[in-house]
Amino acid sequence: MSINRRQFLKLASVSTILGVGSAAAITSISRSGLEASQSSPDPKGLKAKRWGFVVDVSKLKTEEDYQKCIDACHNIHNVPTLKNPKHEIKWIWKDDYEHTFPNMAEDKIMNKELQEKNFLLFCNHCANPACVRVCPTQATFKRKSDGIVMQDMHRCIGCRFCMAACPFGARSFNYVDPRKDNAIKVENKEFPTRMIGVVEKCTACYERLAVGKQPACAEASDGAIVFGDLEDPKSEVRRLIAEKYTIRRKPELGTQPGIYYVIGGGEHV
Amino acid sequence: MFERALSGSNRYWAWIFFLLAVIGVGFLAYMKQLNEGLGITGLSRDVSWGFYIAQFTFLVGVAASAVMLVIPYYLHNFKKFGKIVILGEFLAVSAVTMCMLFILVDMGQPMRVLNVVLHPTLNSVMFWDALVLNGYLFLNIIIGWTTLAADQKQVAPPQWVKPLIYLSIPWAVSIHTVTAFLYAGLPGRHLWLTAIMAARFLASAFAGGPAILVLLALLVRKFSKFDPGQEAIQALAKIVTYAMCANVFFFLLEVFTAFYSGIPGHAHPLVYLFAGLDGHTKLVPWMWTAAVLAFASIALLVNPSTRQNEGTLKLALVGVIIAAWIDKGMGLVIGGFVPNPFERVTEYAPTMPELAITFGVYAVGLLVLTLLYKVAIGVREENGAVEH
Amino acid sequence: MYNSGKIIAGLAVFFILAALPFLLNLGKANAKIEPSINTPEINAMPVKQCVESKEFMRAEHMQLLNDWRDEVVRNGNRIYTSRSNGKQYAISLQNTCMKCHSNKKEFCDKCHNYMAVKPYCWSCHIAPKEEKS
Repeated sequence: MSINRRQFLKLASVSTILGVGSAAAITSISRSGLEASQSSPDPKGLKAKRWGFVVDVSKLKTEEDYQKCIDACHNIHNVPTLKNPKHEIKWIWKDDYEHTFPNMAEDKIMNKELQEKNFLLFCNHCANPACVRVCPTQATFKRKSDGIVMQDMHRCIGCRFCMAACPFGARSFNYVDPRKDNAIKVENKEFPTRMIGVVEKCTACYERLAVGKQPACAEASDGAIVFGDLEDPKSEVRRLIAEKYTIRRKPELGTQPGIYYVIGGGEHV
Repeated sequence: MFERALSGSNRYWAWIFFLLAVIGVGFLAYMKQLNEGLGITGLSRDVSWGFYIAQFTFLVGVAASAVMLVIPYYLHNFKKFGKIVILGEFLAVSAVTMCMLFILVDMGQPMRVLNVVLHPTLNSVMFWDALVLNGYLFLNIIIGWTTLAADQKQVAPPQWVKPLIYLSIPWAVSIHTVTAFLYAGLPGRHLWLTAIMAARFLASAFAGGPAILVLLALLVRKFSKFDPGQEAIQALAKIVTYAMCANVFFFLLEVFTAFYSGIPGHAHPLVYLFAGLDGHTKLVPWMWTAAVLAFASIALLVNPSTRQNEGTLKLALVGVIIAAWIDKGMGLVIGGFVPNPFERVTEYAPTMPELAITFGVYAVGLLVLTLLYKVAIGVREENGAVEH
Repeated sequence: MYNSGKIIAGLAVFFILAALPFLLNLGKANAKIEPSINTPEINAMPVKQCVESKEFMRAEHMQLLNDWRDEVVRNGNRIYTSRSNGKQYAISLQNTCMKCHSNKKEFCDKCHNYMAVKPYCWSCHIAPKEEKS
């Protein structure tokens, strides 16, 4: 059998594609590393069906009350302070009533005290997160074990679809190298920084929960932020939600945010 | 067949080298972006997609518009499109190439792009968009190249292309529908959260794409011996007319819903775009330019005498293209991010490096288009009379 | 032969370009690279033992690190049980690996430079402070 040049080229290209393809498939199947039984969770770790937060803003009185929660988080997570507000990275921050609850802010004759109140904002760890739904690589995902919405900065391709999807503005993108210009004020050697081109956000201190510690903001807040299992009727967060009037941001969107705000104000509310 | 792209007049080579120079500048700017991050663009925490994604959205429409030639020719046996259907298919190849490049330059970590394939995520519209865009690119390369090769030999195209051609019709609709779903399925982005988004995308695509095609056909006629045919051009102009009317109509539907319902969140993006919000008015002149151009070009297109007059037709088509480009690019993308989830306004404008990269990508697209058209025109010039 | 001058000149240019990497490295020492394990932490160990055997680590550390990061970030597993000695280690590049291998330049970089690979671990993970050598 003799073949001409054209047939040879066709045959060669098809077999190359098949060869390269199957080689890639085989190498991706064979994992030479560890076996599943070799890794296990830390027995000290905190467990829950679904982690959530109750933020009692009546306990946040001074500027410092807010700032110590923000600093606790940003310092241990190496969150940079960037001069250009467009490039800002925020895991937890403060905002006023009007902008925290923009869909309710049209009421100008409501309770003055509430209107002038500031709120602590961070990732809601939604039960039905839009960011997770849109991510093309599962770089952001909801942990099956405890409902935390995680961000895998190793896998993120920086498409920023999650930023468009999140209705709470909880996500920040690394537009610039966070290590440049001494933007990280306090460096925590135990935790990584990030690199340009990936999205980051609050991860509910998954690294602290794993070793039995509360999230940093909750620990620093003197009881203003309570962290617990929303699915456990006996938990502290459930007790607070049952006892007090709480509101969530944009519940009408159906993402089921996991931060409940107690607006307090004593006997009036 | 490709050797036809390797010989040409001095003007041809001057054009090629000009495009290569623009690509070179864009590439240098992109190297800077790779090193320093997307901070060199005008993007921000609040407006996290901008000029790149705007071009992507517009060009998906241009790509999908090839179907406006394929349907009449292959489904309704409209012979007049026989000679130029290849121009539509090659325009689609060029447009999809640019789409992919715009996605790539918009990525924070482009070297990880294969993660989309390594961790396929069926619930992400972005995954499907990558899938349909790649599929459409290959469909058009295969169909265009095979039918042109058959033309060159003056024989009928092989039988196996027919099913691919029929497949390319719903596929063209799918690329733009899926692209619309990127936007239309996000909670809390009022401008985008609308059921008519995909229909609007298709209408503006079938106006803007064929408008570009007519202008290209006129250019081809001017610079080569290949005549796409007066009837074909007029038929396309009619398609542009109807699609542009539908496009403007659909947009007005959005305006009605947003304002008559009285829901503030739905009105804010439109207010920002056409009147400015909290003193921020950067996009207002652009949006009014688009609105005026849209109505003016419709007036020229609907009127048979101005549509049939080539001079006014050209003006109208340029108007359609610019209006669609502003509305579907900047207006749509930026308007979705303003105001932000906190009802605050952060404005956006592309920076110089961002523009250089954008021009670079357009130059790549024009280079692909030039080379493919050179081949197609060469074949047509030899046996322009073929109709199968 | 037509155009023999041009062809020979072209071939010569091609040969030089193709052989350039070899020519440039001609005569340079090509000694075997041995990453240094001379750090206070390792020197203080009674038995010098990594989380797995030296041979395994040499061949598979990249795969191990890949698996480690998925276990921690994606599966919430932070304890690694060694296959070779049954001991348990906290899964952490920064807090386990680099506590012992505090000499990144002499341990990681030396080999990576030799092999011309540029892992981007250190764009995020903070390397231990080292005196300038």
